[in-house]
Order: sequence, then C-alpha cells, then structure tokens
Amino acid sequence: MSTPTRTPTGAPAHLTGPGSGGVGDSAQRPDGVLKVRGEFAYGSDLWMEDMLWGVTLRSPHPYARVVAIDTSAAAQLPGVHAVLTSEDVPGEKVYGLELADQPVLAVDVVRYQGEPVALVAADHPDTARRAAALIRVDYEVWEPVTDARTALGHPTTDALHESDAEVTELSRESAHLHPEGNLVRHLKVRTGDPQPTAEVVVVGEYEVGMQDQAFLGPESGLAVPADDGGVELYVATQWLHVDQRQICSALALPPEQVRLTLAGVGGAFGGREDLSMHVHACLLALRTGRPVKMSYNREESFFGHVHRHPATMRYEHGATRDGQLVYVKAAIWFDGGAYASSTPAVVGNGGTMGIGPYVVPNVHVDCYGAYTNNPPCGAMRGFGSVQTAFAYESQMDALAAELGMDPVELRCRNAMEQGSATPTGQVIDSPAPVAELLRRLEAMPLPAEADGEVDLRHMPGGVSNTTHGEGVRRGVGYAVAYKNVAFSEGYDDHSTARVRLEVVGGEPTATVHTAAAEVGQGLVTVEQQIARTELGVEQVTVHPKDTTVGSAGSTSASRQTYVTGGAVKAACEAVRGQLLARAERLVGRPVPDLRLAGGQVVSDAEEIAVPLADLLGGEAVEETVQWRHRPTEAIDPETGQGFAHVQYAFSAHRAVVDVDTELGLVKVVEMACTQDVGKAVNPQAVVGQIHGGTAQGLGLAVMEEILIRDGKVVNPSFTDYLIPTILDMPPMRVEVLEYADPHAPYGLRGVGEAPNISSGPAVLAAIRAATGLPLARVPVRPEHLTGTS
Amino acid sequence: MRLTCTVNGTEQEVDDVWEGESLLYVLRERMGLPGSKNACEQGECGSCTVYLDGLPVCACLVAAGQAEGRQVGTVEGLADADALHPVQQAFVDAGAVQCGFCTPGLLVATHDLITRTGRPSDAETREALAGNLCRCTGYEKILDAVRLAADRMGGDR
Repeated sequence: MSTPTRTPTGAPAHLTGPGSGGVGDSAQRPDGVLKVRGEFAYGSDLWMEDMLWGVTLRSPHPYARVVAIDTSAAAQLPGVHAVLTSEDVPGEKVYGLELADQPVLAVDVVRYQGEPVALVAADHPDTARRAAALIRVDYEVWEPVTDARTALGHPTTDALHESDAEVTELSRESAHLHPEGNLVRHLKVRTGDPQPTAEVVVVGEYEVGMQDQAFLGPESGLAVPADDGGVELYVATQWLHVDQRQICSALALPPEQVRLTLAGVGGAFGGREDLSMHVHACLLALRTGRPVKMSYNREESFFGHVHRHPATMRYEHGATRDGQLVYVKAAIWFDGGAYASSTPAVVGNGGTMGIGPYVVPNVHVDCYGAYTNNPPCGAMRGFGSVQTAFAYESQMDALAAELGMDPVELRCRNAMEQGSATPTGQVIDSPAPVAELLRRLEAMPLPAEADGEVDLRHMPGGVSNTTHGEGVRRGVGYAVAYKNVAFSEGYDDHSTARVRLEVVGGEPTATVHTAAAEVGQGLVTVEQQIARTELGVEQVTVHPKDTTVGSAGSTSASRQTYVTGGAVKAACEAVRGQLLARAERLVGRPVPDLRLAGGQVVSDAEEIAVPLADLLGGEAVEETVQWRHRPTEAIDPETGQGFAHVQYAFSAHRAVVDVDTELGLVKVVEMACTQDVGKAVNPQAVVGQIHGGTAQGLGLAVMEEILIRDGKVVNPSFTDYLIPTILDMPPMRVEVLEYADPHAPYGLRGVGEAPNISSGPAVLAAIRAATGLPLARVPVRPEHLTGTS
Repeated sequence: MRLTCTVNGTEQEVDDVWEGESLLYVLRERMGLPGSKNACEQGECGSCTVYLDGLPVCACLVAAGQAEGRQVGTVEGLADADALHPVQQAFVDAGAVQCGFCTPGLLVATHDLITRTGRPSDAETREALAGNLCRCTGYEKILDAVRLAADRMGGDR
C-alpha cells in the first residue's frame, strides 16, 4: 500500500481507553476526553504547512443555461493557484448515490441555486473567495419548476377555490429537467379490496416543509496529493467507500490511488451521505500538487448538502363505528429537487411504511418522488418516514375525534404486534410493542400546571415578556411511529470488521478496524464494548476509519450498531475460535466449556486459566470478516408486496405544550418518549440518541424550515433557519424497553431514527389539542395559530 | 499586521495577519489552537466561545486586531495539564458529548456560568446557555453535566 507524502496535523490516531465497559454498560466514549480538551480534530481542523484553500463558485440561479465561463481574471489574482471548471474533470462528469445524474461541476445547465460551477485554490481563503467572485459566468436564465406535483403533470388542488389548479404549459414543457422526465420513482402499495367502503371516513391533506440537518461541523476535508499520482482524502463523511467509488469515477483513478480516511465528524444526520467537497478538493490538489483544504461556512453549507424532502400528502382513512381501521388510501409526493440523491429509497420508505404501525386490511398507497429546480433532497434522519408520520398520526387524531374516541385507545385498538402483517405483506417476526409504548406514556405523570407566581422563563415567549399567562392554553398529544432499520428492498447490506489481538505492554489488547463512520453517535464506543465482551479483554483500541479495510456500509438507516456491530462480533468470534483452538492444543484435548474472560482462557469445569499473554507470546491473531444481516427482497412493482425490511424500530411520544393563542407562540413544556431498543448496548448513548432525535422532531414541528421562493433559498443562516436552543427544549422523560429481536446481534434494534419520527407529530397533536385548530402543516408558525396567515 | 496577545497565559505573536481575519481564524489557523469551533462564523451558535479579558465572546465576531494586547482564554486552557477541569470531566461523565462540535463553546460558557453563579438553577442555565446550539443531545445531558460540575465544584447560592 502506498503511503501519503506527509501526514497532516489532525490526522486521526488510534483511539484507546477508557478501559472498561462491555455490551450493556454505559461505557465512556474513547474520544470524549479529546473532545472536551479541544484536541479532537474535525475535518475543518486539518492543517498542513503549505496547504491551499479551496472554494466553490455556485450558481445564483435555480435553472439556467451556462452560456460561457471566463476564469481569466480570477486566475490572474496574486495568490491563486488554480481555477477549475467542468472541463477539468478528467473522468465521469456526473455522480450520485443511486443514480449518477449530478454534475461534479456544472455542465451546460444548472438545475438548482447553489449548484457548483467552478473551483478556486489560493493561499488564503479570502483570496480564493475574491477570485471566485471574479469568475464571469454568463447565464441564460430559465423559469424554474418549483412544485413536485406540477413537475409530474399531476393536478394540484387550489385550496382557495377547492378545485384542481391549472397545470401550466411551463410545467408540461419542463417535464424534461432530466432526459428521462421528472419522475424519480413511483411506488405502489396495493393490498385487500381496491374499492373499500367504511362507516366512518376522514380525509386530510398535509404538508411538511424542507428541513435541514444543520450538523454543526461544516462540510470539510483536506486532499493531499500522493507520490503515486493518487490522492489521500481526509474527510468528514458517512460512508467512506461509497465516496471512494464516486471520487474514483470522477477522477478516473483506480481505488488503490484514492485513499480515504475519516476526519472528525461534527454531526451528520444524513446530510453527509452525498458528496460535497470531496471531488473538488481532490481535483484542486491533483492540479496544484499541493494539499488543499476546503471548509464551507454556514451559508455555503445550506447549499452544500441535500435536505429532507418536503412532502404533500393526501390521506383517506375508513373505519368501523367502533374504531377498527378498514382502509387507508394515501397519495404522497416528495420533492426531490434537482438531482436524485437518495430519493428512490426515500420513496421506498415513505410508501411502504406510509400508514404507520397499524393493522389495516385494505391499503392503497401511491408515493412519488419528483425532480424540480428546488435544492436537491436526500437523506435525513427518519428518511421518508418523518413526513408520512405527520400525516398518518394527524389522521388517527382526526378519526378519533370523528368517532368520539380517545386517540390513544384508537391507536392501541389498531396497533401492530408481533405476527401482524404490514401493508407490504411482511409478517412482523419480532416484538412490536406499539400499544405498550403508548400505554406506558399514558401512565407517566403529567407536568404540573403553572400556578402561583408567574415565572416568565416558563411562559411562551419567555423573558420577552409577551404574556403572564393570559391567552395561554395547554394541550397534550400522542404519536407513535415505526421505521425500518438498515438498507432494504434486496440491497446487499454488509459491513466488514478486522479484529486483531496481541500483547501490548504485557496486556492483551484488541484492535478493531472498520470503515464505519463515527459521526457523534458513539459507534467507536460500541465497537470497543463488543470486543471487550467477546474477547474478555479490557484494552480495546479503535483503528482510524479508512479504506484500507472493506466497506462498512453507510452510517445511516439506524444500521451501524446492528450491521457493523454484527461484523465486529463475528470477527471477534473468529479470533476467539483461534485462541480456544490454540488453548486446546496446549492442553492436549478438547475442553467443551472453554471461554475468554479477564484476559485469560478459562474452563470452570476443568479449572483451567491460561493468560492470553502466555498463549499469544509475541504473536498476533487477526481476523477480517464480512458480515450481512438476513437478506431482504425487492418489492413487487405493481403491489409493493415483499419482504422489504429486515427490522423495525418503534417509538412513541407524548408532548405537552402551552400555546399563547393570541400571539401564536408555542412553549413545549415536556416531551416523554418510550422506545423499544431490543437491547441497550450502551444505555447512556441510547438515551442520548432519543433526546437528540426528539429535539430534531420538535424542531420540524415548530420552527425548522428552509424557505424557498421561486427556487431560491431565503434563509441560509442560523439567524433565519432556527434549530432548537436549550430554551426551546423541555425536560424529557424516557423509558427504554428491551424486547430482544432474535434475528439481530444481542437482540438489539437500531435506535437513532425512530424518536426523530414520533416526536414532531406528538407536538403537532398537542398544539391542535391546545388550540382546537385543524393544523395540517409543519412547521407550525405563529400566523397559523392566530389566523393571520 | 502583527498581532500580539496572551492566549491561555502564553504570549503569542503572529505576523502577516490580514486585517479582515477574525480572532477565531487566527486562533485556529495561525496559532495552532483549533479547539474553538467554526460552526456558523456569524455569531449564532456559540461554538467558538472564548474568554476575552475574562468575558465570554464569540471569537468569530471579534476582529483579530481587537484582541491586540488582551487576554484570550480558550477550551485548550481549561485543563490543568493531565487533569481535566471539573466542567470538562462532568461533560464526559454525563454523556453530554456526542459529536462534540458544540462542546468547546459550551465548556467555556458553562465555566463562566458556574464561576459567576456557583450553583445555577436549571432556568438560569437555560438562559445562560441559550446562545450555544447543540444538534446532537437535545440538551438534557448538557443540563446534567452543568448540575454535576456545579456539585463537584462545591458552589452554593
């Protein structure tokens, strides 16, 4: 293997410590001390003495033809080392996660505001920015297509006149944003009676705005040209190997010459699944022969990654008078924006799980993903399930009201359980405690009503002193959700782990090497915990994440503890097998109860205790294992039937809110969450995931939205795109259930996404309960509550 | 221009600072102190919170020249050699660190809060830390860490 010319300051080192904690313990993170010291290096912290800074020139127009690009003035600015356009991309000009349709740099046409057009490398970031501003691009500006339904030629409802809106010539003409048309995917689910009727019917239309991942660590990395003509890329990302594949394609280099190492990642939440600065930094480094660092500022970050798909959804629920669901019909439109990204898989989730964790005999779902000239949308925590949960849970509340039934009772009466069939014909073959999650929430005490002296800090509006309680109404809402874990629909979803055991300083020490991205969730801790449990040693080192070991798959879909955890467990078992065989050879006979514990090979029956240090001597035992979960299968294109998902995660929330009905201000008073995690591998980290997921769901319900006008982003900053602060987040109650999934390592279930799905709909339900308003759009804004919108 | 200031008790002198650079840029790119973080560079997230003459500020909003001759304290200056400061230890113990990008700013802000108030109430903590965004934790374990640190530092009201 070739090595880089030099190693940058901030290149990741092996993580060691803290030295204790197996599966089921709240072991401390091996990177925690580095992080509190300010010594943990993120992608934007990487540094080399002679590095250059790369910046991106982006399109100001959502849809335009690029007539000409003149880079001469930029290239002449002192301090500038390279100015590149699409002509300088040596390999494939387009890339993408599922479909290669997105230009590395604009070729002829730009399809969204912010599309990269040109690159500059200079010796100071401000010089590079000034040079980028000197690049002259002539555009022929076109009118953008900004509505998913219009892009597909589907009639849209004109709410004002309650009629089908006119489909314009423009939208019909523009069914060619891409050569194959504007439909990215249409998923159908058909089961039961195609023409069902019911005693009680509720119909609703719902809308979810575009949410941003808003990870705090910007897109960033450092590309270092290597002696062999290749490049070393240190980058903050979610899946090194899928990046490597796309970079190789763009650079026309083989994988041996494009080596990736994970730099410190400041949060991800789906927003780092797609490439951002990866290819750009490599192009600049290879052109200049110098290391090139790129680090977006916050405004650029809003244009530099995909967002959560906005959705419009029309639902019809039919039920018996006593509250038994008879049918659900749904039409769901996801706005995928200018490029496909992971829209096909988002449509897969939105469609297959679009009616929620309920048993319904007759289901008819159409789920569409469309190209428009809005910002590209792709992965974000909850991935297609967040949007539909707002719709199906709002429908359950509407149905409960229509029936005069308690909303929790209605949900429990129709809840999935083990043995239930999903609308896609899959029998749930592990615990599905949907009703129990809700009943446990119901049993939790409610927060006290405000009484006595008013503390402004507990009021909607806080110390802005907007109310002392007058006009404030309290509401309580419930929601439950489910989400697939890991990759679905027949994808060959696997991970690779290399585990090495040797004696270091007299102590048996395991080293775990995977390419699985640690993005803050604590996977590095889990890797250590599994190795400690499986190998009976305390010292476990985590090797830097890089492409010198096989793919671990994506850090997404709540899958890494399951899949990479499974791979680490399997590699440890292989190492253990070797050690036990070696011990038996030493003893000279088979010993059935041999195991590893406390740094020794032990047999209780035969009172054997051989220290691993003696057994290994100066040798190392190393095993590399590729591990897969049981296979899923593609679904039928006409009916959606099939074993699509390997595992489901379930969570439920209860939200309590106070609403100032005069000003439309919302104060979330308390969030309570119940979640089945199968096995809490690290209880402290599990609760941390639930807290964080709850916050992101709350954010979408009441404040977070990328506002788009005519295809342009209005609020690309933390001044105008609001995420919850510590004042916006209420105290949380969390109850974790552990009903083992017999198919999964340790019985665990993926944790990260489910709480992000059920929290927002519970907040929306609570606001409806407080105000009596039929709210059908998130985020809820003050004007929706005061009738002034 | 040349910039001279004291950072974490050590005198620093750097040359060729461009007048448009922020204190954050100079700390990170010229002084080898990348602990203060660049999450928004517009004064909204608090990730770059440092002490300037004893007051917490967003280093991204301070022009480098404004730090001339002054005392700067960053996350790198909190620990006493190998021993973490109780605020740092509390963040580790409470599970208040996930991705950790907000952590340096929160540590400085929490250090300032406990130094000023001893044992802040939750409502005081929420007001004091409202300028520090965290995207991972939902803040519950950050509140745990503040309480734990205040307990260990033995402050009282």
